[in-house]
Amino acid sequence: MGRQLLLDNLDKPGINTLSGYQQTGGYESLKKALQMKPEDIVTEVQKSGLRGRGGAGFPTGMKWSFLAKPPGEPRYLICNADESEPGTFKDRYLMQHKPHILVEGMIISSFALGANTSYIYIRGEMMYVYHILQKAIDEAYAAGYLGKNILGSGFDLDLHVHCGAGAYICGEETALIESLEGKRGNPRIKPPFPAVKGLWGCPTVVNNVETIAAVVPIIRITGEEYAKIGVGKSTGTKLISASGHINKPGVYEIELGVPVEEFIYSEQYCGGIRNGKKLKAVVAGGSSVPVLPAELILKTANGEARLMTYESLADGGFATGTMLGSGGFIVMDEDTSIVKNVWNFSRFYHHESCGQCSPCREGTGWMYKILSRLLDGKGETKDIDLLWDIQRKIEGKTICPFGDAAAWPVAASIRHFRNEFEQYISKGKSDVKHYYRINNLQES
Amino acid sequence: MLNESGLLVESSKINIVANNKEIKFSDDALALTEKLIKRYPEGKHKSAILPILHIAQAEFDGWLSPEVMDYVASLLKIQPIEVYEVATFYTMFNLKPVGKCLIEVCHTGPCWLMGAEDVVRYIEKKLGIKNGETTADGMFTLKTVECLASCGTAPMMQIGETYHENLTLEKVDAILDDHRNAGVRRTHWEKEKIKP
Ligand SMILES: Cc1cc2nc3c(=O)[nH]c(=O)nc-3n(C[C@H](O)[C@H](O)[C@H](O)COP(=O)(O)O)c2cc1C
Ligand code: SF4
Ligand code: FES
Repeated sequence: MGRQLLLDNLDKPGINTLSGYQQTGGYESLKKALQMKPEDIVTEVQKSGLRGRGGAGFPTGMKWSFLAKPPGEPRYLICNADESEPGTFKDRYLMQHKPHILVEGMIISSFALGANTSYIYIRGEMMYVYHILQKAIDEAYAAGYLGKNILGSGFDLDLHVHCGAGAYICGEETALIESLEGKRGNPRIKPPFPAVKGLWGCPTVVNNVETIAAVVPIIRITGEEYAKIGVGKSTGTKLISASGHINKPGVYEIELGVPVEEFIYSEQYCGGIRNGKKLKAVVAGGSSVPVLPAELILKTANGEARLMTYESLADGGFATGTMLGSGGFIVMDEDTSIVKNVWNFSRFYHHESCGQCSPCREGTGWMYKILSRLLDGKGETKDIDLLWDIQRKIEGKTICPFGDAAAWPVAASIRHFRNEFEQYISKGKSDVKHYYRINNLQES
Repeated sequence: MLNESGLLVESSKINIVANNKEIKFSDDALALTEKLIKRYPEGKHKSAILPILHIAQAEFDGWLSPEVMDYVASLLKIQPIEVYEVATFYTMFNLKPVGKCLIEVCHTGPCWLMGAEDVVRYIEKKLGIKNGETTADGMFTLKTVECLASCGTAPMMQIGETYHENLTLEKVDAILDDHRNAGVRRTHWEKEKIKP
């Protein structure tokens, strides 16, 4: 196992409480940070090379440096704990077991950005984690880590947890801001970006749970040390949510740069494919990223070992590569139907589209219907081209990246597994179980 | 109940009646509402709408009737339409009555790979209802939901605030029997956690 900066000490009793967390050095980074100048914390994060862990991988220090600072106007930090990308469950795991690392990270980051009110937006389904966070926040207030004049530094911060109510799109940062303002979660047209006009029209930074938590070890070990972990521009450690047909599903903290093959097969991580089956395909970064067949996920098109880094997973572009995304690593064995899998994802995107843009609202529905028809044994060869055509007409033509996220899985499934689509057509008989026939196919 | 900034109408002045019963939060829920509203800057109290609608579901049988939404609107001093707009957008708000125990089975990719479909079919058969329906005794409602961020312990379902993970059909049996025996209503924000 590589270095553990986020999931360390999870076995310590009471690590979810303030005292247990403090016994492992918790809140020492905060004390150190409060002795620094806010801009030096931003520099430290820039030096660390930390990239946003919510999916896009944008350098966090750079994002922080873009925050507008008009005098007299409040600034806000929002933690994105909406975690709804299928295949991703690392943020929930971290918050449930180590809520104080997020609270500590929020205080340090708010100090660095000059925010005096910050929010953690957690998806409503995780209400039990909401209560865990609320308890941690209450403990932090009682210890003087939150509120007025924190540890005598003169810095004031109120930290609140806010719950959503079931909507994947609220993970998109401008939809999240709308939702936090008490409205429907419709993404905003950008620009203006949240760094200039965000929550209630004020400059705002939105960061993922894991990103904020990573600030704590960065301050502890310094940005320079953090940047020594990993490969190239993929620095530090990353939480990977591993699910699907593997022996040991779960959340793993890896040093970026672990070979994909080692991640899937070694006992330290996924422990290989269940029931002695063969690997068929992997969705490496949450449902939105392109699926890759076994040979392309283990090795790049050039025959090099594929590594768990932003760059290596993307090697070859979408023709032969994919993305690290949010680190939702979904493994499929040889018995999996790729068509059924992408049909399931299409249903998801159709259900979750906010409906503002026609290509996304209509296109996701069409793709779902056509895939349903294919599964039902009623497809024709021209349906595959039609699917391809529709996803092309969604990608890049919408207000928010949700449209791309809905298009890419379909594109990659056809690109790498066209023969499976053709088989459904030539077979000509239904391959859908009772439940989906009754509940899904006929209603749409 | 007026808070310092005068955002709320005095709750005793709100008079909404449904089925001859006055719609009104419990004292605990009212106190919590007031506390939540203060988390947002003055004039931005509409932000509290999602948590307050969760509390409303816990207070009023697990769903939002038009009267309950009107009540929430008057508590927040906003137009009823602003509440309807929000309530219809988010899937966790039930706009028609639900059973005491709302069973939400995840049927997205990873759970589906691990047998979610069998879980749904099993519950349908066991309870004699289809997805989306409620049992005649009003005990159970079955609903499929999208990924609940628990894919590593798939298949899974949620009842109230509790995640039930690594499901087998035997486990499903035991969980449903437990709930039937307890006969208690479960909501997304559990009633016993409504404390100011
Ligand atoms: C449809 C959609 C869903 C998203 N869901 C999440 C999410 O659940 N959690 C998250 O942190 N970021 C999510 N994002 C990314 C956010 O918009 C944003 O980039 C991120 O929170 C920034 O944080 P980071 O820079 O720390 O990664 C989503 C983006 C899109 C387009
Ligand atoms: S791309 Fe889809 S989800 Fe995003 S704003 Fe447009 S309709 Fe809404
Ligand atoms: S797919 Fe079911 S919890 Fe993620």
